[in-house]
Amino acid sequence: MNEIKVEYFAALREHTGLGAEQVRTAARTAAELFAELDARYGFPEMGRLKVAVNDEFGDWDSNLADGDSVVFIPPVAGG
Amino acid sequence: MSRFRFSREPLRLEECRGELQDPLCGGYASFEGWVRNHNEGREVMRLEYEAYETLGCKEGERIIAEAMEKFGVARASCVHRIGSLELGDLAVWVGASAPHRDEAFAACRYIIDEVKHRVPIWKKEHYVDGDSGWVNCERCAEHADTPPVRRTG
Repeated sequence: MNEIKVEYFAALREHTGLGAEQVRTAARTAAELFAELDARYGFPEMGRLKVAVNDEFGDWDSNLADGDSVVFIPPVAGG
Repeated sequence: MSRFRFSREPLRLEECRGELQDPLCGGYASFEGWVRNHNEGREVMRLEYEAYETLGCKEGERIIAEAMEKFGVARASCVHRIGSLELGDLAVWVGASAPHRDEAFAACRYIIDEVKHRVPIWKKEHYVDGDSGWVNCERCAEHADTPPVRRTG
């Protein structure tokens, strides 16, 4: 089991009611972690998301390590 | 000052512009994005910007570096507002200075286009009818570098 810090922004922050949380999880990848949290919270449909691991754009299928931080990034809308 | 940054306060344009002054430069171009009163057929009353600032600053800085490399501008920067904004407010400012104007125009255009599509900033619109919603960028789907995540529910 890994301890992962998950931060939420925008639609996900509002939906979960959380800015961030520590998650103890057996998920090996960001994709598995997303699926686990989606099952818990029932995330809204947002189109394609990107993911950041330790404050850099990451790969959904790379292995997570204990202590990693993860952010799910809904489609952006700056400008 | 970082070349890309977020601001919770209204921007002071003279300061932004001042950072780009350089005796090498004869051309300065800027772009301002303002809050408009409509989007996709709905009347907008105000909006909020939220950013993932740590990654946003890194990606913004990469965009500025790319623009300088591609177009050979001497200086460039971008500031994006976050927080609550009213109609007409300045939401984003981009500036570039270069020996000649062509490079400055091109760099500005590149920076604003890339910022809109790559920097993790989200916009929530509040509509005149009382509804509100997060705006999704229309190009995000084609730009996403990952397959859609399978939902379990």
